[in-house]
Amino acid sequence: MKFGILINEGPYTHQASDSAYQFTKAALEKGHEIFRVFFYHDGVNNGTRLTVPPQDDRNVVTRWSELAKQYQLDLVLCVAAAQRRGLLDENEAKRNGKDAHNIAEGFRISGLGQLIEAGIQADRLVVFGD
Amino acid sequence: MLLHTVNKSPFERVALQTCLRLSQAGCGILLLEDGVYAALQGTQTEAQIKDALNDKKVYALLPDLQARGFTADKVIAGVQLIDYNGFVDLVIEYQATQAWL
Amino acid sequence: MMDDENSGGKIKKFLYLNRKAPYGSIYALESLEVVLIGAAFDQDVSLAFVDDGVYQLVKGQSTDGIGMKNFSPTYRALEMYDVEKLYVDQASLEARGLTEADLLVPVEVLDSAQMAALMAEQEVVFSF
Repeated sequence: MKFGILINEGPYTHQASDSAYQFTKAALEKGHEIFRVFFYHDGVNNGTRLTVPPQDDRNVVTRWSELAKQYQLDLVLCVAAAQRRGLLDENEAKRNGKDAHNIAEGFRISGLGQLIEAGIQADRLVVFGD
Repeated sequence: MLLHTVNKSPFERVALQTCLRLSQAGCGILLLEDGVYAALQGTQTEAQIKDALNDKKVYALLPDLQARGFTADKVIAGVQLIDYNGFVDLVIEYQATQAWL
Repeated sequence: MMDDENSGGKIKKFLYLNRKAPYGSIYALESLEVVLIGAAFDQDVSLAFVDDGVYQLVKGQSTDGIGMKNFSPTYRALEMYDVEKLYVDQASLEARGLTEADLLVPVEVLDSAQMAALMAEQEVVFSF
């Protein structure tokens, strides 16, 4: 079965991203397909490569990056939500005259249409948030 | 039928109460994250969960309960404990999932 | 057309479940942004306002004093996007001392059984 995942909260403050990760991993290990993981609201903060959690804690961001690499996951940060919160890829940084970009490996920035498309194409949409 | 997910403590937010009011007989309600506190015996909300069990299925995510210091024997009889694999299966079993964030 | 490419011609029942008050957090505003983008996809869209979500529709919002954008007029513009099914939970209104007359757009007020039935028929539920 094909799942779409929506994550509305960033890493560490809320459990949402952790719950979504455990769910996504379980679904993939059972042989299901993840059509897309879409990050919205503060959820876009899951896609910054500049997080430096303490060494004895999980790294929420790299955990997503690694899962994406292993299963060719499509991890999408909403562009409008990301720009508001200072998450930029190389193109967006250039376009907006900013001197840095910070998107972690395996994530890409795109529009809200990608969320709607996930709702349409996936057999089930599961929302994680606060 | 819907699978409702509730991730809020019933002592802090109204998510569970509204979910119980606006869910139909035959649906499933999954308690996760801070929502699992509603699955415990002896709380002020125990009667509401017991009432829901008359015509709805209630599930709680065991890893979330254990993380918070509770074991299966503290859970209201009739509430089914599941892990993340079970969560995946539930999402498939019901036609759609509605999150009460 | 973008719509056909992305939707593959499928039409699904989409519910946007709004349960949060405006301004105190961004959920109401960003939810509305999804509704506006989603309108281009020609799905069968309903909006439900439940719990503090009913505060999103209160008339007379004036945000000058807090320096934030008043996005409430956008609810009136939804009709132009063919988003016309706005449902409000009666019990949530009553609990907050509000009536339909306090709201800035025409809505359909549903009792608990009707709202539960509306939710139960959905295929995709976006909660923010």
